Amino acid sequence: MWIYLVKRTALALIIVITAISLLYSMILMVPGDPTAVILGPRSTPEMREALRHDMGLDKPAIIQVAGFILKVFKGDMGIDVFTNRPVSQIVFEQLPHTIILIIAGISWAIVLGIPLGCYSAIYRNSFIDKLTGVFSVGTIAIPAFVIALYGLLIFAVQLQWLPAIGAGEKGDFWDQVKHLILPAFAIGLGWVGYLARLVRASMLEVLGENHIRTARAFGLPERLIVFKYALKLAILPTIALMGVGVGYLLSSSVFAEIVFARPGIGKLIYDSVLTRNYPIIMGSVLITTIIFVLCTMTADIINAILDPRMRENL
Amino acid sequence: MDSTNNYTPRVKKSEFISLVARFTQDPLGLFGLTLVVLMVLSAVLATWIVPYDPTALDILHRLEPPSTAHIMGTDQLGRDVFSRVIMGGRIALKVSLISIAIALSCGLLLGLIAGYGPPWVDRLMIMLFDTIRSFPTIIFALAIVTLVGPSLNTIILVVIITTIPVYGRIVRAQAQSMKSNEFILAERAMGAGMPRILTVHMLPNIIGPLLIIASMDIPAVVTIEAGLSFLGVGIRPPTPSWGSILNDGYSYIRNTPWLIISGGIPLILTTLGFTFLGESLRDIFDPKLRKDI
Repeated sequence: MWIYLVKRTALALIIVITAISLLYSMILMVPGDPTAVILGPRSTPEMREALRHDMGLDKPAIIQVAGFILKVFKGDMGIDVFTNRPVSQIVFEQLPHTIILIIAGISWAIVLGIPLGCYSAIYRNSFIDKLTGVFSVGTIAIPAFVIALYGLLIFAVQLQWLPAIGAGEKGDFWDQVKHLILPAFAIGLGWVGYLARLVRASMLEVLGENHIRTARAFGLPERLIVFKYALKLAILPTIALMGVGVGYLLSSSVFAEIVFARPGIGKLIYDSVLTRNYPIIMGSVLITTIIFVLCTMTADIINAILDPRMRENL
Repeated sequence: MDSTNNYTPRVKKSEFISLVARFTQDPLGLFGLTLVVLMVLSAVLATWIVPYDPTALDILHRLEPPSTAHIMGTDQLGRDVFSRVIMGGRIALKVSLISIAIALSCGLLLGLIAGYGPPWVDRLMIMLFDTIRSFPTIIFALAIVTLVGPSLNTIILVVIITTIPVYGRIVRAQAQSMKSNEFILAERAMGAGMPRILTVHMLPNIIGPLLIIASMDIPAVVTIEAGLSFLGVGIRPPTPSWGSILNDGYSYIRNTPWLIISGGIPLILTTLGFTFLGESLRDIFDPKLRKDI
């Protein structure tokens, strides 16, 4: 287990380092003056000069990349030239909003999706099972931002049941919850289907195995068999997928934040794209990528703890 | 679906007929096929279908609700929304076909090299693939857009970069498992070089399942195109795109809901159509693939 842990962490570290180098080299790959590419049309010659010095653009590319990697590991992602504040500070200010949204989205998807998947597996080919199947494929296919827009149109603008924009008053918990419902609904809906489908498939596989048959032969109640013995095994692929799912949720939360004008990483990136502020974008991509890598790593490690066979897979 | 699995294929022809027969018994697959055919037809025949020029301004008739003259109403510049929706479908299809074709070819090539080539090449490729896959797609796309500037070609570039690793990984796995097959070993013993083994022997075995997976990626690409255009960093105006129609609709959401409704429904129907069709085809032709998602 320890060997697996070390190997898996090393892998995550390598991916993060490659990601940093890739993001940095992308600046150098674009034709033209890199400082102009980074700072966009609003920059002044003084700003560019400061940045040129800061980045060490006169040195060879490989030294620049290595220098940047070292800086990132010290927590320094550069200074935003427009506000003169550290990029990491700006990004970490917005991060909690996005994390709350993602947790809310995935939570309701888990609460609904996993029982739905279990039910479909137990009552296979029943009406609910078939309905879940169609619903799953449908919701996975429909883009999250279209769901967000239609949710906004129906529940906020037409029916006026829920607030349309913002994250709610600071300190007013219920107001914040109310503002969270629609965006969380939009990013989570596809995941209800995804989880239901995945749990159903692996549940069907597990329910056919010998130890479940033995449990049945002992006369254990079906509910106990499903939730205590079968789900424990059937949940494994789902956990692995959830790690990957965080990446998708980060992407769809960009849209949810823009549609509902919520603060967060997505909104920050969007605003920076419009002003062509690459340092902020690079910082945000890095932080979200690191979060994503950490999540897949955690999912893999949990899998390895629950299922020792997985430890061989690296 | 499982109950129809009891036929035994004997002759090639009857196998094909029974596959078609199975497909016609799958209502979702047929529904998907209908939607896809409608979408492709409307994209191909777009120039004959559209009643108005999709970029023609008519400020006097701006933001008009649906009527017999404009069946989906008009937008904030008085352009006919129906014409824009039809032409938007053409753009969406064009982007997905071009970018998937390029990504598929590159992924195929890189995957074969990784799977068949020396181990250090394999490690390097896998590291690059895994790194690109660990960027959240849309956020990474926005970074590329900032550097290169928004355009149709940028969207195609974004899709290519983010999907090559997916195809590359699948091809690599297939190539690796095939590497030690007896017929490949026999070829090598007879003195066949790497290019011959890869193109003549491995490619035909890999391309089939890969094409099904690629066709199922069309909705994802359509979504990326519409998403970036919705954010205003995709297809440049005045070229119509479903995403930019949704963006216009978002700005006028309080008073003119028809813009959002007409921009979103074709997008939903297209993604649903391709997904249902793809799922159905995959279940029929290659049930093994089911596990790969």
